[in-house]
Amino acid sequence: MDKPIRVLVAKPGLDGHDRGAKVIARAFRDAGMEVIYTGLRQTPEQIVETAIQEDVEVVAMSILSGAHNHLFPIVVNMLKEREADDILVVGGGVIPDDDIPGLKEAGVAEIFTPGTPTSQAIEFIKQNIKR
Amino acid sequence: MSLQERLVSGDVRALARLMTYAENDYPEATRVIKELYDKTGGAYVIGITGPPGAGKSTLTDKLTKALRARGKTVGIIAVDPTSPFTGGAILGDRIRMQDLFTDQGVFIRSMGTRGHLGGLSRATQTAVRLLDIFGKDYIFIETVGVGQSEVDIVKTADSVVMVLMPGLGDDIQAIKAGIMEIGDVFAINKADLDGADRTKIEIEMMLDLNENREWRPPISKVVAVDNSGIDDLLERIQNHRYYLESSGELVSRRLRNTKQELVSLIRDRVVEFILEESGERFSVDRLVESIASKDMDIYTAAEEILRKIKK
Repeated sequence: MDKPIRVLVAKPGLDGHDRGAKVIARAFRDAGMEVIYTGLRQTPEQIVETAIQEDVEVVAMSILSGAHNHLFPIVVNMLKEREADDILVVGGGVIPDDDIPGLKEAGVAEIFTPGTPTSQAIEFIKQNIKR
Repeated sequence: MSLQERLVSGDVRALARLMTYAENDYPEATRVIKELYDKTGGAYVIGITGPPGAGKSTLTDKLTKALRARGKTVGIIAVDPTSPFTGGAILGDRIRMQDLFTDQGVFIRSMGTRGHLGGLSRATQTAVRLLDIFGKDYIFIETVGVGQSEVDIVKTADSVVMVLMPGLGDDIQAIKAGIMEIGDVFAINKADLDGADRTKIEIEMMLDLNENREWRPPISKVVAVDNSGIDDLLERIQNHRYYLESSGELVSRRLRNTKQELVSLIRDRVVEFILEESGERFSVDRLVESIASKDMDIYTAAEEILRKIKK
């Protein structure tokens, strides 16, 4: 068996809607990945420390509170400060189309909005992790 | 700087990366440990085990906080099962440890079992050594939820805490022959629920049957979510440590564990070697065919391989 991809599924922000995160966590697991799931309301500091200690190749964040433009770039920048910008950062949740170019500009590799098949996110990760 | 130098200088990324190498069987992890082997042995290793849902993660979180309050540094290895069908895993022990994520004195690593039975992953022991070299004072190993025979933790930890809860009832009877024997300290978690006293009595009765050992495992009642009883539990773990250290049992326990680990390491290597050698002087596949066609029996085939290898 190939070495499994390790991915952190994190929920930053103050909303309590973790159904999307749980669905994606299961889909990743069923695709043979090791999914570290840390629960609700994570600060960027918690997400970055966890990503480093767990040595993940991907950080997948889900957010439904509207704070994505604020929180996603903070995580990207903090990873960069820790010289961990080889970690692929992707996002999902209720994110308006108009916000997506700005988020990509800030270093988020891809945004998956509601309705995206989980297989698409899995394929994107497999194609884009740095190995 | 090399990974080895970075590890010694306290670089968390280097520690994490070496653990990944250990999990993926890259030789770099063992190479670094070989170089730094004299730095191992300083950490005290505590196993946290028990059935699923007993509260192992929450208890680990609270014990870690109690040790941090005493100025100790802590490493945690939390093992969860890997799906045998997809190879994937959801590693969720961190959900109960959120306050620890940004504590610089704590390092947490989640591991999937990756097909290894026994309640731990194959890389757990190597990960413990890396945390030990890194300089952690205490290392917790949280096993998968155990049932009957996941007793590897006893070969890896200095003290094993068996976490139970009220309402297991006759289940304690059912599991006592297997995993109940490995507890050095018992914790009855969720002790605010009905039946905690009964659970305690059942454990006492079980321990009474084994009176001739020097250390009688104490039983702590705790409510981990309320942080109640944690100091008492920690004190009992420390007492076990003092007992091991003062009786010389710690040295012999570690010696015993080292021997078991060495034997299983050799076993793995020998099997690997035999399978690699297969094809030149003898062929495992051809012997299997002979066994299937009844030209040879399986015992003679095994002896045949050993005879060829010894030459």
